[in-house]
Amino acid sequence: MATKKFLYVNRRPPHGSIYALESLEVVLIGAAFEQDVSLAFVDDGVYQLLRKQDTSEIGSKNFSPTFRALGDYDVSKIYVERESLELRGLTKDDLMELTYEDEDDDWAEKDAIRIIDSEELGAIFEQQDVLLNF
Amino acid sequence: MSILHIVNKSPYERNSLDTCLRLAQADSAILLIEDGIYAVKKNAAAASKLQSALEKHKIYALEPDLKARGISADDTIEGISLVDYDGFVTLATEYEKLQSWL
Repeated sequence: MATKKFLYVNRRPPHGSIYALESLEVVLIGAAFEQDVSLAFVDDGVYQLLRKQDTSEIGSKNFSPTFRALGDYDVSKIYVERESLELRGLTKDDLMELTYEDEDDDWAEKDAIRIIDSEELGAIFEQQDVLLNF
Repeated sequence: MSILHIVNKSPYERNSLDTCLRLAQADSAILLIEDGIYAVKKNAAAASKLQSALEKHKIYALEPDLKARGISADDTIEGISLVDYDGFVTLATEYEKLQSWL
């Protein structure tokens, strides 16, 4: 099967709607089919990556730990738009640590989250074969 | 007592909070729930709007919704009162009317 470049664009916050959870499910399916998967977090989507989410009192599933499984599916490119973080008073330290093992570098553990500015992220959109929005 | 205004949308995605703040009268209160709670985060663009609104209104935020979204009580701007579900119910009974800015 030919490999395509898929970019999943996440622009919604995590718990107010089903979009964020559904996106993560589809990402894992795409990655299981060994496609070249990248994720982008823009606008309120950046809130999906915050640490210490505890949904025990709102009666919904906390799916945020599932992001940690992405590394096992070789998802190594998680792009976060710097402008979206700054507007919301957030920094990289507020985000979960997501890592992958780089097979081209003796399986060294590396950071999967890359904080980039709008211009750089726009260029990444151009490089994709498929754009999926949530 | 007059109106309790309830906002459940993110201030970065919808204009519900802006419209609420524009129309809410001085003796009314504002309760932020669900994605509305992102407005209380310190050092963020929406915080300055709430800061000036605090001069006119009592502002509450629902703590279970903060916890679910990974925003800690320490990370909220000064002057916001956090309430639990019981507090939400009490507020609903204290005000004459509820206005939900959907």
